[in-house]
Amino acid sequence: MQRSKNDLWVGLLVLIGAAAILFLALKSANLLSLNFDTSYKVTAKFDNIGGLKPRAAVKSAGVVIGRVETISFDDKSYQASVNLAMESRYVFPKDSSLKILTSGLLGEQYIGIEAGASDKNMAAGDVVKQTQSAVVLEDLISQFLFSKAADSSAPMAPATASADKK
Amino acid sequence: MSQSRLNIITNLGLTVREQLGHLGHATRLFMRLLAMSGSALKRFGLVRDQIFFLGNYSLAIISVSGLFVGFVLGLQGYYTLQRYGSSEALGLLVTLSLVRELGPVITALLFAGRAGTALTAEIGLMKAGEQLSAMEMMAVDPVRRILAPRFLGGIIAMPLLAAVFSAVGVIGGWIVGVLMIGIDAGSFWSQMQGGVDVWRDVGNGVIKSFVFGITVTFVALYQGFEAQPTPEGVSRATTRTVVVASLAVLGLDFLLTTVMFSI
Repeated sequence: MQRSKNDLWVGLLVLIGAAAILFLALKSANLLSLNFDTSYKVTAKFDNIGGLKPRAAVKSAGVVIGRVETISFDDKSYQASVNLAMESRYVFPKDSSLKILTSGLLGEQYIGIEAGASDKNMAAGDVVKQTQSAVVLEDLISQFLFSKAADSSAPMAPATASADKK
Repeated sequence: MSQSRLNIITNLGLTVREQLGHLGHATRLFMRLLAMSGSALKRFGLVRDQIFFLGNYSLAIISVSGLFVGFVLGLQGYYTLQRYGSSEALGLLVTLSLVRELGPVITALLFAGRAGTALTAEIGLMKAGEQLSAMEMMAVDPVRRILAPRFLGGIIAMPLLAAVFSAVGVIGGWIVGVLMIGIDAGSFWSQMQGGVDVWRDVGNGVIKSFVFGITVTFVALYQGFEAQPTPEGVSRATTRTVVVASLAVLGLDFLLTTVMFSI
């Protein structure tokens, strides 16, 4: 009598624990979204990937159409080589371009894909060369400073010249 | 003068020898428990009763604590994240802190207080009442009959409890963040799903809780088994269980974290 009662409660505890692990795996870590039924692999070369990470989304018009699989460094061209797994049901022209974007100010980085005009479609194993690197804050700031300096160089010139004489 | 100095050195030697002896006893007991886990599984009825005693009775305190830890994480995390205008990342913050650290660690600490002390007191009293000696007289191995099922029960119950703690905590964070403060539910979940990895975060959390389950249960069993067979000795052993198990869990947690999340 006592035993069968214990069995029930222990079974319940195991079920609750399994449900909790499932909840964490499916709802928090989104395990289901990994399982595309089929996908094709495309490689993209970027000059700079910024903070892109494996499993980041590939989006077109804001819709997730693939994921970043692996990221490696190509020491022939000194570029980052990013392997993408694209869902098979979406096809893109061969001359489509990729760029690394950021969702929000501090959000995750993802890859945006813009369709090109070619008649041929992208196939598995293709290498995409038309890419735009991630925006690096330091580069932006230095560009801004250089353009600022170029703008103000004309009126500033006499002042610096007189400073040199002294 | 030289006599007292000699005494100091003698005491030092005695202490070291005693500590080494404890270490040896603990290692031998651990090895015996590991070797007997297989045969204990065959008599699963005993293990199941221990899972019931250690796991089901701890479920209430674990889930209530998880809920409140989730609440507090939600509130505190919101105040910090809001300064940087990224309060949508609250889901990510709550889940990562729970799954990686707080879930396994706080569950282990509560488990030591709720179930570990019970184990120590039970076995210590069995020893004080000479039940363990009586078993040996009847050619029943007390380690096999009493300790091994409790060891297995604790190891099985602890990861389940830690998972419940984390899951309830995430729901607590959701209640505070989405329902009370009013963060957008979509970005709460999507930021979380973007940042939490199944194997790296959830899987490592489960491994941690498994290791802590072994630690806490073993410390409790060892302290009970080696307790002085007097009321005072049992009370001391129970206190030591909480102190040693808590310190061991916190130290192991630091070690495991450096190994797991160092990259």
